[in-house]
Amino acid sequence: MSARTAGSASTARPVLTALAWAWVVVPFLYGLYQLLVKIPALFGS
Amino acid sequence: MATGYLDRSRSVAAPGWSRWLVPPAALSIHLAIGQAYAWSVFKKPLETSLGISGVASALPFTLGIVMLGLSAALFGTKVDSVGPRWAMFCSMCCFCSGFLISALGMSVGQYWLVVLGYGVIGGIGLGIGYISPVSTLIRWFPDRPGLATGIAIMGFGGGALIAAPWSSSMLTAFGATGPDPDPDGIALAFLIHGVGYAVFMSVGWLLIRVPAGGWKPAGWEPIPQPAGSLISAGDVSARNAIKTSQFWLLWVVLCVNVTAGIGILERAAPIYSDFFPGGVGLAAAAAGFVAILSLANMLGRVVWSSISDVIGRRNIYRIYLGIGALLYLAVTLTTNANKVVFLVCSMLILSFYGAGFATVPAYLRDLFGTYQVGAIHGRLLTAWSIAGVLGPLIVNAIADARIAAGVTGPGRYTLSFSIMIGLLIIGFLCNELVRPVNPRFHEPASDPAAGKTGTVA
Repeated sequence: MSARTAGSASTARPVLTALAWAWVVVPFLYGLYQLLVKIPALFGS
Repeated sequence: MATGYLDRSRSVAAPGWSRWLVPPAALSIHLAIGQAYAWSVFKKPLETSLGISGVASALPFTLGIVMLGLSAALFGTKVDSVGPRWAMFCSMCCFCSGFLISALGMSVGQYWLVVLGYGVIGGIGLGIGYISPVSTLIRWFPDRPGLATGIAIMGFGGGALIAAPWSSSMLTAFGATGPDPDPDGIALAFLIHGVGYAVFMSVGWLLIRVPAGGWKPAGWEPIPQPAGSLISAGDVSARNAIKTSQFWLLWVVLCVNVTAGIGILERAAPIYSDFFPGGVGLAAAAAGFVAILSLANMLGRVVWSSISDVIGRRNIYRIYLGIGALLYLAVTLTTNANKVVFLVCSMLILSFYGAGFATVPAYLRDLFGTYQVGAIHGRLLTAWSIAGVLGPLIVNAIADARIAAGVTGPGRYTLSFSIMIGLLIIGFLCNELVRPVNPRFHEPASDPAAGKTGTVA
């Protein structure tokens, strides 16, 4: 089998990859921050 | 059916396409549909503005979860045959139409439209969206299927983290909170959710690609499996998978694992208040407990699922079920004697709950191959529907009976936690009984370029 691999003819798209991850990570970090600010109350602060 | 641009054949990746673009595509769907777990934000405004009961205000969510399981089971084969782009597009249309119909329902004062829109139509979007990226991720990450599905399914847990504060602030801004919430404000919030999520999810179906036939990661070769290994050398169709004992053993494993986690998750705040009553800021501390469990649930999905790539799927479920039972035992025996022990045990239990969801697609891949793993996963999710009723029912019914009998404190949960231990032991035994799938269930060998690697039975 002549397998195609990621290494062959790799034309990495760093900008697209960074934007795609930012698209999901930024809202996720917003949600995570909103979650983390609630946790100190558990320990009486 | 002609699906044009949305068809699998139109979404085959060009040479050099980075597989690291696929997880964000999957996450843009899962982070959106994970909003379902934040439905409770809408409950109070709906109850106050429409004068409906708590049961009625929960109906769109309950129906949504039921429809998730049903649509994943019914449309799983279709999703596998037409591809992830079509599935993600359909999911977006259903999920966002659900919000728009709900907005119409609120603006004309017809609550049944909210139930139909969010619960039924939106619920179909949940089911199709949940399974849409699974088989694609497994094909792109044959070397790390647990990590790949863990990232996506973590998104489903993370969706509520985003939606809860976002929806709350929107409802407040539109005058849809407080003692006299404005129904038009709720309608506007639904409308913005529908439009906003349509934009967010569009990145998913625009970005998703399936690997070309025969593609594999650079430098990676499948490791030859020893005789008796659980990792299948052939592919099993969804129709044949449900004829195997392995499918039903995994169904029980998932069902009891979810039941054990959801029981504590669904009643987390009252459980904390009963274990550690008194003191100032109890409500805030209970909210902190809910938050820390959500975090554990989410992190467990990616961390434990990734570890399963190293130690194997059966071993990781031994941890989820066996250690999970011991953790429940520790909470039952120590009750509220030590807060740190209580918190650590609860967090680990919830991390195993989330991880059970995230690891099961890779377990299915091991047993049944990649051919129709999405469809098989969809059928397995019916266990979630059952567990979603069973877990809260056990914990709430027993707690209510204990409260009526005048029991206070951790004693309200001793029996239900003991039942959870029993269920987890049953799940542990079922996991031990899983054996490699008999080759007679394998699909006939076909052209490897078509993406199938079946063996002859």
